[in-house]
Amino acid sequence: MSPQPDHQWIDLLRENEDEVIAAWTAAAEASLAGRMTGSDLANDIREIYNGLLAGEGAETDIRSSVYDGLRALLNDLGRTRARQGFSPTEAATSIFALKQVVLDLLGRRGDLAAYRAFANLSIIVDDLGLYMLETYANARETVIAQQAETLLELSTPVVKLWDNIVALPLVGTLDSARTQVVMEALLQALVDTGSEHAIIDITGVPAVDTQVAQHLLKTVQAARLLGAECIVSGIRPQIAQTVVALGIEFGDIHTKANLSDAMLLAMRRSGLDIVGRS
Amino acid sequence: MTDAPTDDQTVLPLKADSDVVRVRQLVRDVATAVRLSLVDQTKLVTAASELARNTLVYGGGGEARVRRLTQGTSVGVEVVFSDDGPGIADTDLALTDGWTSGNGLGLGLSGTRRLVDDFHLDTAPGAGTTVTIAKWRR
Repeated sequence: MSPQPDHQWIDLLRENEDEVIAAWTAAAEASLAGRMTGSDLANDIREIYNGLLAGEGAETDIRSSVYDGLRALLNDLGRTRARQGFSPTEAATSIFALKQVVLDLLGRRGDLAAYRAFANLSIIVDDLGLYMLETYANARETVIAQQAETLLELSTPVVKLWDNIVALPLVGTLDSARTQVVMEALLQALVDTGSEHAIIDITGVPAVDTQVAQHLLKTVQAARLLGAECIVSGIRPQIAQTVVALGIEFGDIHTKANLSDAMLLAMRRSGLDIVGRS
Repeated sequence: MTDAPTDDQTVLPLKADSDVVRVRQLVRDVATAVRLSLVDQTKLVTAASELARNTLVYGGGGEARVRRLTQGTSVGVEVVFSDDGPGIADTDLALTDGWTSGNGLGLGLSGTRRLVDDFHLDTAPGAGTTVTIAKWRR
C-alpha cells in the first residue's frame, strides 16, 4: 500500500482509471437524461479527472494553486450547464457521481482500510461540487439580468407599417417608467420617419386601468403636437366593457378592435385604398 | 413572495410598483379558479389594479388580502386593500367621478365601485384606509 495512507484515493483512481472514468460518465449521463451527448460528457469527465489528479492527492484545499486548472474548468462547466438550462442538482451530480463510483469500487475490493481514503476523497469532491454550484448560480443570475435588459429593449419596438404609418405594439404592463420609454420611442419614430399616423396596439396589455388609460391619452396628445394622429387598436371586448364601466373617456381618439382595421383606417386617411386585382 | 395562506387567504405586501403586478396576477389566478367570466375577471383585475395603485400612491403602501368567497351556492373573490396612510376626509367627494387629490383621472375609486359587486370603503382622517371589494360568479 501507499506510504501516505491519507492520500491513497489517488492511487485507487490511477489503478482503475479507465473503469472509474467509464462508470463516472455513465452515472453522470444517467442524471442528465440524454440531454448531452456521451462523448461531450466523457471529455468533461476526463478533464475533471485529470484536474483532480493534478493535486497529487496531497492537497485538500480546492482553492490551492495546484487546482487552478480544475477550478477554471468547473467555472466553465457551471456556466455552460446554467445556460443549457440544467437544474442545480443535475449540474452538481456530474461531480458527486464520482463518489458513488469509487464507493462501488471499494465495495468490490472489500478493503476496509481504503474507506478512510474514500472519506478524504469525499471531502474534496464535495468542495468541488459546491464550487461548481457557486459558479452555476452566478451564471444563472447573469442570465436573469441579461433577460431583464432584453425585455426592456423589447418593450418599445416602433415598427413601420407603410409610408407615413408607424405602429407601436404594447405588451405587458404600462407603468410610468415604461410609458416614458414608450412615449419617447414613438415620438422619436414619428419625427424620424415623418409619419402622420401612429397605431398604438394594446392587444398585449392585460388590463387597462385609469393609469394605463391616462398614459395612453398623454401619449396620443403628445403625438398630436407633432402633427400625427393616433389610432388605438387591439381593444378586446372585455377591455371595452371594463373601460366603459370605469368611466374612462377616449374622447375623439379613434379606436379599433384590431390592428388590421386600424391599418386600413390609417391608409384611407392617407388617401390610399386597397383594391383587389380584378 | 406570498405569505402562507391563512384561512384560504393570501396576503401580499404593497410597497413598490412591482407589487401591483403581483396583486393583479394573484387576483387573476383566483378569479380564474372560481371561474368568473372573462369580462368579470377583467373587471375585477382592473379594479384590483386600481385600488392597489391607490394604496401605494395615496396610502403610502400597505397590503392586499385575496380570498375566495362561498355563500350558499354562489362563489366569488374578495380583495381587501389596507394602508395606514392619511385616510380620506370626504368620502363622498372621493367617490365623485373626475375628482382627484393627485393628478390622475379621478376615476379610480368611483370607477372601481362600478366594476365590482360589493364595495366597502372604511376610512377616517389619520386612520388609514381599507377598501373591500368582491365580485360574484353569475
